[in-house]
Amino acid sequence: MTAAAGTVQGSAPGRTGGTVARVVRRNAWTFGLAALLLVLFLVTRAIKPTYGAAELRSLAIGALPIAFAAVGQAIVVISGGIDLSIGSLLALTNVTAAALMAGGSEESAVPVVLFVLFLGLFLGAVNGLLVVASRVPDIIVTLALSFVWAGAALLVLKSPGGGTAQWLKGLIDGTIGSEWIPEALVLLVVSVALVWLPLRRSRLGLSMYAVGSDRLAAFRSGVAVAPTKVAAYAVTGLFAAMGGLSLSMSTGIGTPVPGPYTLLSVAAIVLGGVSLVGGRGGLLGPILAVFVLALIRADLTFLNVDPNFTTVVQGVIMVVVVMVGAFATLRRRTA
Amino acid sequence: MTDFLLEATGVAKSYGAVAALRDASLGVRPGEVHALMGANGAGKSTFVKILTGAVRPDRGTITLRGRERGMHSPDEARRTGLIPVYQEPSLVPDLDVLANLSLTRTPVAPFRGWVEDLGVHGLDLRTPARELPLAVLRVLDLARALAVEPDVLLLDEMTAALPADLTEHVMNAIRHQREAGRSVIFISHRMIEIAAICDRATVLRDGETVGVLDVTKGTEDQIVTLMLGPVATEPAATRTRPPVTPETLTGPGAPRLSVRGLVAGAKLQDVSFDLHAGEVLGIVALEGQGQDELFDVLAGAARPAAGELRVDGRPVRFGHPADAIRAGLVFVPANRAQALLMQRSVRENIALPFSAPLAGWGPIDVTGERRRINDAVGRLQIDTRAQSEVRRLSGGNQQKVTIARWVAGGVRTLLCFDPTRGIDIRTKREIYELLRELAAAGAAVLLYTSELEEIPLACDRVVVIFGGRVVDEMPAAGADEPTLLRAAYGLPPGALTPEEVVAEAVAIEEAEASPAAGGDGAVGEPREAVREPAPPAGSRA
Amino acid sequence: MLLIAVLWIVEPGLRNPIWASGVIRFAVPLAILAACQTLTMLTGGIDLSVAAVASMAAYIMATQTPAQGPVVAVALGLAATALAGLVNGIGVGVFRVHPLIMTLGMSLIVLGLMTVYQLQMVTSGSIIPESVAWLGGGTSFGFFTNSLLVFVPLAALIVFSLRRVGFGRLLYAVGDNEIAARLSGVRVWQVLVTLYVISGLLAGLAGIIYGAVTRTASVTLVERFLLPSVAAAVIGGTSIFGGRGGYSGTIVGALILTVLTSLLTVLQMPEPVRQILFGAIILVVAAAYTRITDES
Repeated sequence: MTAAAGTVQGSAPGRTGGTVARVVRRNAWTFGLAALLLVLFLVTRAIKPTYGAAELRSLAIGALPIAFAAVGQAIVVISGGIDLSIGSLLALTNVTAAALMAGGSEESAVPVVLFVLFLGLFLGAVNGLLVVASRVPDIIVTLALSFVWAGAALLVLKSPGGGTAQWLKGLIDGTIGSEWIPEALVLLVVSVALVWLPLRRSRLGLSMYAVGSDRLAAFRSGVAVAPTKVAAYAVTGLFAAMGGLSLSMSTGIGTPVPGPYTLLSVAAIVLGGVSLVGGRGGLLGPILAVFVLALIRADLTFLNVDPNFTTVVQGVIMVVVVMVGAFATLRRRTA
Repeated sequence: MTDFLLEATGVAKSYGAVAALRDASLGVRPGEVHALMGANGAGKSTFVKILTGAVRPDRGTITLRGRERGMHSPDEARRTGLIPVYQEPSLVPDLDVLANLSLTRTPVAPFRGWVEDLGVHGLDLRTPARELPLAVLRVLDLARALAVEPDVLLLDEMTAALPADLTEHVMNAIRHQREAGRSVIFISHRMIEIAAICDRATVLRDGETVGVLDVTKGTEDQIVTLMLGPVATEPAATRTRPPVTPETLTGPGAPRLSVRGLVAGAKLQDVSFDLHAGEVLGIVALEGQGQDELFDVLAGAARPAAGELRVDGRPVRFGHPADAIRAGLVFVPANRAQALLMQRSVRENIALPFSAPLAGWGPIDVTGERRRINDAVGRLQIDTRAQSEVRRLSGGNQQKVTIARWVAGGVRTLLCFDPTRGIDIRTKREIYELLRELAAAGAAVLLYTSELEEIPLACDRVVVIFGGRVVDEMPAAGADEPTLLRAAYGLPPGALTPEEVVAEAVAIEEAEASPAAGGDGAVGEPREAVREPAPPAGSRA
Repeated sequence: MLLIAVLWIVEPGLRNPIWASGVIRFAVPLAILAACQTLTMLTGGIDLSVAAVASMAAYIMATQTPAQGPVVAVALGLAATALAGLVNGIGVGVFRVHPLIMTLGMSLIVLGLMTVYQLQMVTSGSIIPESVAWLGGGTSFGFFTNSLLVFVPLAALIVFSLRRVGFGRLLYAVGDNEIAARLSGVRVWQVLVTLYVISGLLAGLAGIIYGAVTRTASVTLVERFLLPSVAAAVIGGTSIFGGRGGYSGTIVGALILTVLTSLLTVLQMPEPVRQILFGAIILVVAAAYTRITDES
């Protein structure tokens, strides 16, 4: 990108190496993360030789809500925004599901799930609309709304309670096929794929990347900027609802106090190679990052490190990664 | 007339109280290349934004093939057959080329064909736009526009800073468009290109269409006259001139500021000049010839890629504006929004540099500060009735505040970038007078202004920059507006001799058979610069 | 400003000295925390680590008092907050990390560190030193809130500094127009680093006073004041985009919020409603400011 205007044809990318090489090159960060995850897993086995399928299963269950939050955050950040209310959205959808399912029959849970997913989509759209309409920076709007949604969650349920249908809990409980494939992971992959793959290939998905990358260029290319932003927030809300439901599945109840999901999701996407200025990154990176963070936490526990240090480690990782990222952007701009 | 492919009539647009366009019109016939001309601030860019649907006009109609359309978005404008190509690339940087094509619903096969025709080979469509060099991006923009076979192709400064071989390809593409019976709106600062390729030209001045003419031999002079307006016809000598500080002032000692071989950004190629104590040196340039980068470097806001700066003979390097200020170079930017704390008071704005160094972080000497500020306010005659918030002041008063900030601290070298843009005539005069006073008191002033008629009023000497290089230098006294504008366009001074026209036309348009476009390239060797050897202005076209 | 008047009128029944001194006792730490937000917001930033940092100061002080004595304990607490502020400032000023992200991350780090520290300190016990308790949470003559002895000079200093001290002016300048500040020779990073250190110290002070008010110390002691601290500054007229506002408005904002909270408690309005209200207030005020700034 620093190539001077004077160089012309020669620097038109004549790079060879075929599709495979290109895929690797453009996803180097993701591959690095995957390798890191593998190394971490081997380290875990070395620290604790008994670490096996059962632990992997609980790791996946524990990481599921964070993964959904990270996926949602990634989408809105790719389109040039940020959603600091995602933790609150998780809590609100979680308690809504729990309150509606409490004492209900197994079958009645189906419409509840659909309703909660719709609720997530709707609340996300409200976030987006307020961002677009108020013209206040995303970061402020969603920070303010995080308190609104958290308050609403407390209105739905005063204290942890409610219930969850058995079949929902069963959805992430076991393994599929091999004992090494946790159901929770399958659920994650399937739901993300169901929403993201068609979206990614659609004009809307393209528009999200375009708006996040360069608003003016996107506008000039004929993208409707405001609707695209609202849509991105709505999809983020949908994933937040999935995160809320997965909380119901793993805990069986609703907890009205937001967990640290907003921060964890930001940390995960930054670590997962999504640029905070928008336009760059995918969903695989953030998901891998969530598991990297989860494994680090597990390893620290096995090493008898105080579990609270994990919070510190996560905070440090997040700040350092963001700092390095910001610094790199700065260098690129001044170069 | 119904034979227009695209017709815009009575287009007007105001931003607040400022009328950017009053009554602009444009008629483009099928199969013609139509130049849209206008000096800085004539409303050209607003007109382009309206034509491309990026901005909604207050009044006026735009019809394409006789059908009226309200173009409310670029997407709509696109679908109705008007495709723009801008000076800055508009591919989305993080998407690959293929994705960018599908974003604009551009068919891939013709795009590929055009990319090859335009001279870019071996393009991998999976490359993110970010990784492509600037010149290639321009070509891709153009190819993307050509691929949908638009009725009207709008090229906005498309050829600026484009390498020569690519410019030739662009010209070929334009001819192809014309031969296919479609039209091109061509905007360029390069008269040579206008003369070489355009059939007709529409000239804007002060937001109005003031003339439409066929481009033939010698049209450049007509265009320049039209762009200047009636003022240009009156001889420069009739205007009153304040006394000029004699050049002899620059005699002994090192110049206050000496610039050698300065290169910065994409536009500033190679600029050298000296600025002496006691003089006002004018910089004359069309928009985007590198003057922005020049002032940024001198103010310490950007770092040069190459070249040397000396202040009072000592070499200096600025890493931050604070360094430049310490060396006595203070900067008044054109955009007052860049210089002022709009929500703060006049007092705070003027006092800002006092607090900037660490030594100024402590308690403020209120009486001392008030005295210095009042001095500056009085000297510049700033109207302080609305002093609690600078944004409530008139533009002229705002500009005075940005200057007062430096006057209050005692000025050694003042860098003024178009300080009179958009302010009333009286304030303009006051500011020029102040610059003269400062120079008379021993300060050195570097002044870029887009208002050429003001040059003889304010300056002692003028340096002309074109294409990022110094192309001319002259005393301001004899520099009337036509002379300056011609110099700024890289055209030779004085009237063109027919021989020159023919010689250049032959050189440029030799192969071209089309009689309309054939050969009015108005190029001659620019006059030798007074001090600096200047490269031929046309060498880059 | 209208809001205060309305509230004062709506709420005459509660206007007696004891109630008032109670309000002030809670309003003082909030107002100091809101000072952190005011100062950072003037530069277009925000400091979301104040709650965690304030809790940290209180907790370090309380746990160090038995071993080190009150003076050293307070100093240790404040030193830790200054350090946290320094890191914030370097992140924001030098690395240009968005202040919101930086300070959120910092709050995570501080919270984690304090939880670890807490587990190591279980044995030592925690004491709020008497002197601190008197100064921060005590009352004299039945109605005078002692923390005003700290707060009034502090507030006066801040208000004065924002008007008549070079550094205060620079906060407005950086927030109003960073480019203009830079072009005038201001090295913005120096301002920001200093600012976040000051913000950390102020947060620490607020934490210590709040610890004295509640006579407890925990690692999440001040958490519930985070949003109100932002809200107080916003209500007080400080623009969240920088360049506009001042501390006197914030003090009023802190008072309004404390009164509002106490009112909602009297009306038995649940906590969640309060949260929603605060969130909505911030959003509406921010949107209103955007409109005002856009129009001009």
